Amino acid sequence: MHTTSALHEADRLMTICNACRYCEGLCAVFPAMEMRFTFGDGDLNYLANLCHQCGACYTDCQYSPPHEFSVNVPETLARLRNDSYAHYAWPQALSGAFERNGLIVTLLAAVSTAAFVLGCVAFADRTALFSANAGDFYKVIPHKAMAGLFGAVALYVVAAFWMSLRAFWRDINGDGPNAGFAAFGRAVADTMHLTYLHGGGGGCTSEDDQPSPSRRIYHHLTFYGFMLCFAATCVATLYHYAFGWHAPYAIFSLPVLLGILGGIGLLIGPVGLFMLSRKRDPILVDTARKGMDTAFIAMLFLTSLTGFALMVLRDTPAMGILLAVHLGVVLGLFLSLPYGKFVHGLYRFLALVKYASERRQGKFVE
Amino acid sequence: MTAVPDFTEPFDVVVAGGGNAALCAAITAARAGCRVIVIEGAPEFYRGGNTRHTRNLRCAHDGTAPTMTGPYAAEEFLDDLYRVTGGQTDEVLAKLTVANSIQLLGWMDEQGVRFQPPLGGTLSLGKTNAFFLGGGRGALNDLYRRAEKLGVSVIYGSPVVALNISDGFFISAVIKRQGKQIPIRGKALVAACGGFEANIEWLKEYWGAAADNFLIRGTPYNRGDVLRMLHAADVMPVGDPTQCHAVAIDARAPKFDGGIATRLDSIVFGVVVNRDAQRFYDEGEETWPKRYAIWGRLVAQQPDQIAYTIVDSKSFHLFMPSIFPAIQAPTIGELATKLALRPASLEKSIADFNAAVRPGTFDHAVLDDCRTEGLAIPKSHWARAIDKPPFYAYPLRPGITFTYLGVRVNQESRMLLNSGAPSGNMFAAGEIMAGNVLGKGYLAGIGMTIGAVFGRLAGQGAASHAHN
Repeated sequence: MHTTSALHEADRLMTICNACRYCEGLCAVFPAMEMRFTFGDGDLNYLANLCHQCGACYTDCQYSPPHEFSVNVPETLARLRNDSYAHYAWPQALSGAFERNGLIVTLLAAVSTAAFVLGCVAFADRTALFSANAGDFYKVIPHKAMAGLFGAVALYVVAAFWMSLRAFWRDINGDGPNAGFAAFGRAVADTMHLTYLHGGGGGCTSEDDQPSPSRRIYHHLTFYGFMLCFAATCVATLYHYAFGWHAPYAIFSLPVLLGILGGIGLLIGPVGLFMLSRKRDPILVDTARKGMDTAFIAMLFLTSLTGFALMVLRDTPAMGILLAVHLGVVLGLFLSLPYGKFVHGLYRFLALVKYASERRQGKFVE
Repeated sequence: MTAVPDFTEPFDVVVAGGGNAALCAAITAARAGCRVIVIEGAPEFYRGGNTRHTRNLRCAHDGTAPTMTGPYAAEEFLDDLYRVTGGQTDEVLAKLTVANSIQLLGWMDEQGVRFQPPLGGTLSLGKTNAFFLGGGRGALNDLYRRAEKLGVSVIYGSPVVALNISDGFFISAVIKRQGKQIPIRGKALVAACGGFEANIEWLKEYWGAAADNFLIRGTPYNRGDVLRMLHAADVMPVGDPTQCHAVAIDARAPKFDGGIATRLDSIVFGVVVNRDAQRFYDEGEETWPKRYAIWGRLVAQQPDQIAYTIVDSKSFHLFMPSIFPAIQAPTIGELATKLALRPASLEKSIADFNAAVRPGTFDHAVLDDCRTEGLAIPKSHWARAIDKPPFYAYPLRPGITFTYLGVRVNQESRMLLNSGAPSGNMFAAGEIMAGNVLGKGYLAGIGMTIGAVFGRLAGQGAASHAHN
């Protein structure tokens, strides 16, 4: 009945877990499982995306390998989750991007960076590209070109997200009622707080089998770093169009301060996550697709690094090339958003909405 | 993991066993400044004996614990204990267990054991039992972490093969480790290595060939070797050697270590028949958890130690799902064929049962008024005709959880010799002495209570002996 090995294995495990239920205090996955007797594809994709991969249920499980039941929920749900990203990708023709994600994202980043640099060399004003412009980016690349390109890419990315998330929600929600505002609010709080990256209080088994809060902390730095950088862009857009205040902005202006703060998060967070992922017990993760995680955090790190380089050197002749490199990296990041690790946050958010909504209906199977 | 200790140097306290009781003793002794070794017979993954399959700890409390509803007064706990044991308990030790249980939540918390509020299907135990976050293996991980931080040496895969005891005084334990026999000397012994439920040969002494059809719910390492050595060394036995706690579990469960996930909660919702397709006991006699504990023995007494619980589709979603799929058929006759029972016999048993069902209002949460009339073996509650296809069946076998035979101890958790005199330096804790308190029956979470209370006492006793 299930078409993939991950779905098949997840069904087998959830059937065992549902008869045991010792892990129900660890996270949202197990209480959500308890609301079901049988597990269809949509249920399993929901549970897989509800899992935060903290690993607590593996170290606490009396049935984990070498037990003959061989219960390994974190690894199985990780594989299924990664499968689900490809399954719901839009357009479907690009679902293969999740298979060799590390390579594809790297190539995408390289090509878009090269395109920007070559594009600037070919089309921009040569003197502007290689001379000090007092931090005026638009002398190198006109504002209209920059805004037009990124605006078009952003529209495409939003459309791709919309199509994917809609299909995912239909699958996981089934015949369930639509989620209300309260469930939505609860999911926002759970996302901001990473409520389920706790292992029920102890933390993640990141470095070894001892629970520790480090992974959650680095994830917070990455997430809030990203959000602050996003806020910086929004504020700058508002400045430009609503108030007619054009870049470059002073160091102590709101967009730059937000960008600096966010950029610091995006430097420390990804490095921390990368170090932890190297130490993590491979039995807990989808080793075949680890490249996807690495590619995403590398892109975030490079975005921040090139952004800082640009800010520090914006009054020097290096600004032109640095701008091209930074924008190339950002474009690569943007284009890879629907086809990389970024989507984990979106699917997990919807899974949390579903969970909050189910809990409000209070349907537990005993 | 700690480094392999120097075995030639005597330890202050030698703890045989690696479950809850053993670690409570080891942690207590280590906190008192002792050099302690924990000798676990099982490999590291299977460490902890039956503790790895437990989930909660029963304790008296005043109702202020954040993870419990309550309060659960000591008197109430004691009443519960007297009720399930039918008086087969040492009153002094029973009172001690209950009185000391009050400190357990706080003490466990200090050692890093985490608890969770009861959820879903366990709400009914929220008043009396504290639930380990992540279950027994989660609690074990916390206790081992604490023990290792305190410098306790832990060795795995090292069963005790001999005890050197002179006139009730412990001198050394010989362990088998990586094929070699190694003597481990100590000033005091804490025996906390469980019962003999996984020792089929031993069970056969009381159950005969029927024991071959028993499934063991815990690890294959609960063999009772140390228990036998202690009895041979003149330690006074306690508990009925023929008795074990047996529940009816899915017959398709593994021979060992199937744990909680193999249980079946379907019995009260239908009928149970034996190999001859005959009913043999009132399925509606009692509510959980009592009914849970009698069916293992009932199935053990049937031919071939096999039985089948049968329900129809009215009841199929009323109990916890099983890890094994139900055997399913559109008619009773076809179900019988799938179960290798005689179709005519099963059809008759079900028809007789259905004809005897009286009208009533079904409510599985209480002892309702749905019952049969006129049957030699009645069903006194929750009796509803089995008539709505498809029909479902699960095969049942006795699942042995623990044995009652143990060693007699006093209020210091010190072993008593056959003469009645206390041993100079031998203590016992956990299942190996639970028979002192729990002569028969069972109370959810009581095993962990006895283990922790007497583990701490044994640790204290052993430490003070080592210091003198």
